[in-house]
Amino acid sequence: MTANDRWSSKEMILQYRARQKRRQAIAYAFMYLAAAFAVATMLAIIGFIFTKGISEISWEFLTSDVHDAGREGGILPIIINTLYLVGLGLLFAAPLSVLAAIYMTEYSKQGILIKIIRYFTSNLAGIPSIIFGLFGFMFFAKILGWSWSLLSGSATIAIVILPTLIRTSEEAILTVPAGYKEGSLALGATKWQTMVKVVIPTASPGIINGIILGMGRIVGETAALVFTLGSGTDIASSLMSSARSLSLHLFILANEGISTSKAYATATVLIVIVLILNLIAGWFGKRINRYKDAR
Amino acid sequence: METVMLDTGISERGDMQKSRVKVGIKKLDLFYSDFQALKDVNMDIEEKKVTALIGPSGCGKSTFLRCINRMNDLIPGCKVTGDILIDGTDIYKENIDVAYLRKEVGMVFQKPNPFELSVFDNIAYGPRTHGLRDKKKLEIIVERSLRHAALWDEVKDRLNKTAMGLSGGQQQRLCIARVLAVEPSIVLMDEPTSALDPISTGKIEDLIAALKNDYTIIIVTHNMQQAARVSDYTAFFLLGDMIEMGPTTRVFQLPGDKRTEDYITGRFG
Ligand SMILES: Nc1ncnc2c1ncn2[C@@H]1O[C@H](COP(=O)(O)OP(=O)(O)O)[C@@H](O)[C@H]1O
Ligand SMILES: [Mg+2]
Repeated sequence: MTANDRWSSKEMILQYRARQKRRQAIAYAFMYLAAAFAVATMLAIIGFIFTKGISEISWEFLTSDVHDAGREGGILPIIINTLYLVGLGLLFAAPLSVLAAIYMTEYSKQGILIKIIRYFTSNLAGIPSIIFGLFGFMFFAKILGWSWSLLSGSATIAIVILPTLIRTSEEAILTVPAGYKEGSLALGATKWQTMVKVVIPTASPGIINGIILGMGRIVGETAALVFTLGSGTDIASSLMSSARSLSLHLFILANEGISTSKAYATATVLIVIVLILNLIAGWFGKRINRYKDAR
Repeated sequence: METVMLDTGISERGDMQKSRVKVGIKKLDLFYSDFQALKDVNMDIEEKKVTALIGPSGCGKSTFLRCINRMNDLIPGCKVTGDILIDGTDIYKENIDVAYLRKEVGMVFQKPNPFELSVFDNIAYGPRTHGLRDKKKLEIIVERSLRHAALWDEVKDRLNKTAMGLSGGQQQRLCIARVLAVEPSIVLMDEPTSALDPISTGKIEDLIAALKNDYTIIIVTHNMQQAARVSDYTAFFLLGDMIEMGPTTRVFQLPGDKRTEDYITGRFG
C-alpha cells in the first residue's frame, strides 16, 4: 500500500456492515430466547402455584382467623402480621442504611468505622440468614429478653436487609453527578442541605429500588424468623406478641404436613402481596420524582 | 469563635467612583498534594468589570477561579497559601463563613448543572437554602432572576415543569439566574459557553455585558474572540503562573510578554 492508497472501498464497508448486521441479528435472537426462557420459567412457577392454590382461596380464607393450627380457617392474622413485619423491618433498616450511606459517601472516606461498615456490607450480604436467625435468637430473644416476638423478628430481619440497603443507597448516592453537589454548595448551601435537598432526592429512585428489594426479602424470609418471630396465629396486639409471617406459616404448614392445599393457597396470597408491594413502591418512587410545584 | 461576614458595602458607595479593587490576590500558591498548580499569583480585580482568564488547558485557570469561592476546599489534599481579599476581607481567614462567601461569590460551571427540580424550584433553591420561605417574595425573586438572565419569556409558561427539559443554552441561563437569585456581588464563570452552540453562546455573551453593571465578573474562556468581546481586563496564565494582566485591548494588541503574544497569535496552546 502506497501513501495515496485508500484502505477502504465502498463495497468492502457495505459487505462488512452486512456481516455485522447478521451477527447482531443472531445476538438479538439469543437475547430474546434467554429473556423468553426467564419469563417462561417465572410464569410456569407462578402458574403452577396459582392453579393449585386458587381453588382454596375465598373471601372467607382471606378474612378469617387461623383455626386448628392452619388445618381450618383462613390467614387474615398472618397477612396482617406480615405487613407489620415489613413495616417495622423497614422502619429500623431504611433510615439507618440511608444515614450510613450518606456518611460513607460524603463525610468520610477513611477511618475505622468506614472500614467496618464496608466489610459488613460486602461480606454480610452473603451469609445464610439462618445465622442471623441464630444471632437474633441469642441477642434479641434471650439477652435483651424480647422473647419470640414481632420486635425480635423485625429487628433480626432489619439486620438481614441492612447490608443490601446500605449498598444500594450508597450506589444511588454515588451516581448523582458531582455538578449537582457543586451547584448547590456554590450557592452557599451547607453539605447537609445539599444532601437533603439535592443529593437524596436525585438518588431516591435508586434508594427506593433498594427498599423494594428489602421488602421482597422480608416477605420471603423464613430462616431468620423461625427462632425470633415465634409462631403465634393471632393478630399481633403489641410489639411483644409472638407472630407468624406468611412464608413462615407456609413453611410450618408444609413442613409439619398440616395441609397441602392451605399451603398452596398461602403461597398464592404471598405472591400476590409481593406483586402489590412492588406496585405500591413503584408508584411511590414516581410520586417522589415528579417535581411538582412547591409554590 | 465569632464568624466574620464579608462587608460587600454595595449600598454606601456612590456610582460616580470609577476603579475600585473588588478582589485582591496576593502571593497565592496552591498545591494539589505535591503538585503546585498556582505559583505566586498576584492580581487586582476591578469592581463591576469583566475580567477574562485565558491560557492553555491545565494552566490553572479553573483552579484559580475555584479559589475565589473556596470550592477547592472540597478537594482532599489541596492546600492554599497567600491572601485573597474581597472588599478588604481575607477569605482564607480561619473564621470566615464559607457558605456566606459562596452566596456572595456565585459560580457558573462549564457544564450546565440544573437540579432535577422544576424551573421555579431551581431558582428558588438558593434563597430557600438561605432561609427565605415567603412564597410571594420567592415568586418575585424567581421572575426577577429569570428576567435578569434573559430567560423569563422562554420559561414563564413552564415554571413548574422540570428544568431537565430545557435546551443546553436555556439550562445555562437558568444556572446563571439561579446564581443571581442569591444576590452575589461577584460571579465566577468557568468556560460557561464551551458546551453551547453559537446562538446560545451569543445570548450568554450579551447577558454578561448586561450583568457587568451590577456584578464583578470573572470568566475563564478558551475562546480568544470571546475574551476580546466580553472582557474589560484579561489575564494570561501559563503553567500555574499569571504571566500578565491588563486592559483587554492592550493585552491583545500590545502584549507585554513574548509568551502572551505566542499564545494569542496561536503559536502554541
Ligand atoms: N483535583 C485535582 N487534583 C490534582 N490535580 C489537579 C486537580 N484539579 C486540577 N489539577 C491539576 O492542576 C492543573 C490545573 O488544572 P485546571 O485548573 O483545571 O486547569 P485549566 O482550568 O486551566 O484547564 C492541571 O495540571 C491539573 O491536572
Ligand atoms: Mg478548566
